[in-house]
Amino acid sequence: MIELLHFSFMQNALAAGVLAAIACGIIGSLVVVNRSVFMAGGIAHAAYGGVGIALYFALPALPCIIAFSILIALVMGALTLKRRGRMDTVIGVLWAVGMAFGIILVDLAPGYNVDLMSFLFGSILAVPRSDVRLMVWLVIIIIVLVTCFYKDLLSMSYDKEFSEVRGVRVVPLHFLFLCLVAMAVVMTIRVVGLILIMALFTIAPFLVERYASSLWKMMVSSCALNVFFVLTGLWISYRFNLTSGATIIMTAALFFILFESVAAAVRKFHR
Amino acid sequence: MTPKKFLNRPVIELEDVSFSFNKVPILKEVNLTIFDGDFVAIIGPNGGGKTTLVKIILGLLKPERGRVRLLGSLPARSRQKAGYMPQYATGEKDFPIEVIEVVLLGLMGVTGCSPFFSKAERKRAEMALDFVGMLPLAGKRVSELSGGQLQRTLLARALVSGPEILFLDEPMANIDVGGKTKLFDLLGELNEKMTIVFVTHDVGLLSHYVKSVVCVNQKVFFHPSARITPEMATMIMGESCPMELIAHGFPHRVLARHKDGLASHEKGDGA
Repeated sequence: MIELLHFSFMQNALAAGVLAAIACGIIGSLVVVNRSVFMAGGIAHAAYGGVGIALYFALPALPCIIAFSILIALVMGALTLKRRGRMDTVIGVLWAVGMAFGIILVDLAPGYNVDLMSFLFGSILAVPRSDVRLMVWLVIIIIVLVTCFYKDLLSMSYDKEFSEVRGVRVVPLHFLFLCLVAMAVVMTIRVVGLILIMALFTIAPFLVERYASSLWKMMVSSCALNVFFVLTGLWISYRFNLTSGATIIMTAALFFILFESVAAAVRKFHR
Repeated sequence: MTPKKFLNRPVIELEDVSFSFNKVPILKEVNLTIFDGDFVAIIGPNGGGKTTLVKIILGLLKPERGRVRLLGSLPARSRQKAGYMPQYATGEKDFPIEVIEVVLLGLMGVTGCSPFFSKAERKRAEMALDFVGMLPLAGKRVSELSGGQLQRTLLARALVSGPEILFLDEPMANIDVGGKTKLFDLLGELNEKMTIVFVTHDVGLLSHYVKSVVCVNQKVFFHPSARITPEMATMIMGESCPMELIAHGFPHRVLARHKDGLASHEKGDGA
C-alpha cells in the first residue's frame, strides 16, 4: 500500500477523495437538515449537461460542469421560489432535462467517447493534477462561504419564516445554498460519479444528525466520516480490484448498517 | 420590569385587506386597527384565516389587495422590531441545535454581523432563557425537550431581541393546564412593556390578561373587550359547534354552557 503512494495518480486520487469528502460532509449536512436531498440529486444529475457541453465543444470538463450546474441551481432556485409547493415536480423536470441534454450533446460530439462512464460512476484514479488544484479552490470557497454565512444558513435551515421576520435575506441565501450544492456536486463527480454523489451527501450527515448537538458539529463529524469512507473504500477497491466509486459507497453503507445495528442493540440493552 | 408608557398610537393598521390561496378566499376586506399596549386574542375556527392574518401583518404573505402597516411602516421594514413565535411545528424536532442556539437566532439582524455569536449575545440569550425558566436546559438538544419546554424556548427566541410587539401563534398548544396559566402570567408581565397579539382556536383559553378580541372567519371583527358573547361564538364557530365559554374574571368564569351536545347556547353575561 505504502509504495502506491509514490505514484502521482494515487496521490491525486487521495487528494481528490479527501477534498470531495470534506465538501460533501459540509454541504451534505446542510442538504440533510434542509430536507433538500431530492434537490441535490436534481442538480447532480442535471450537471451531466455540463459534461455534454464540455465534450461537444472540446472544452475542459470541470469548469464546464461547474458553470452548468451553477446555472441549473440558479434556474431551480428561480423556478421553485414562486411555487414552493411544486418544488419536487420542477426538480424532477430539470433532473431529466439536464441529463437528456448532456446525452444528446455527447451523441453529437465528434469521435467516440469512452470517458462517459467515468462521469456517471467516477474515476478517482484518473483525476489530473489540474483538477485537484481546482478542487482545492472549491473547497476553500465552500469553507469560507459557509463560515461567513453560518449564522444565516443555520437560521434559514431551522426556521425560514422566523428568519425572514428577523431580517435575514432568505431569498439570496437560498440561491447561495443552491450554488454551494452545485460546487460540492462538481467536486464529487470525479470521485464517485454523479449517480453515486447522493451517498456521500446523505449517509454520514444522516448518521450523525441524531447525535450532534449543533449544525457545525454535524458538519465536522460528517467530514471526518466521509474521509474515512473514501480512504477505506479506496483501499478495498485497490485490494480486491473493484470499481472505486461503488466501493466507497458500499463501505459507507455497510458502516451505516453496522453502526445502526449496534446503536439499536445498545438502546435495547439499556432499556 | 418597569411598566412602559404606551403612546396610544396604532401599532397594526389593515385597510381593506384581502387574501386568497389557490383562488380560495381566506380573508375578505379586512379592516383592523390595534393600539399600543393592547393584549389581543385572535380567535376563530381552524382554517378561518388566523395564522394568515398574522403572517400578513408580519409581511410573510402579501395580500392581494389593501394596505398593511406595522408600527407605522411597511411590515418588511418594521418587523425586525416585532417578536414572533410561530405555530408549533413538529418537523424541526430532530434538527441538531441546542436550546441556547435557538434563542440566539432571535438576535439575527439585531447585533453584529460576525459569523458567530458573541459573548454579549450569549448573555442576552441566557437572560431570555432565565425569564421563561429554561436556563438550566440551555445546553440541551432541542429534540430532547418536551412540548412545553420547546414552546418556552421559542418564546425566549421571540423575546430576546426586546420587541415592541409580540406575535404568538397558538402558544398554548402542547402545554398542560398548569403550564398555560404560567405562560399567561409571563405574557401578562410582558404586556406592561409591549403589545401582545396571540392566536388561539380555543376560546376557553382567554385569561383575565386579555384586553380585546379579534374574531377571524374570512371576515375580521374587533371587540374592544375580552368578553365573548354566545352570539359572537355562534357567529364565529357556526351553529353546529358545541362549546363552553370561559371569559376573564377572577380567575376564570364560566359564561355559558351548551345544553345537550348541540349548539343552543344559554345566554349568560358575566365578567
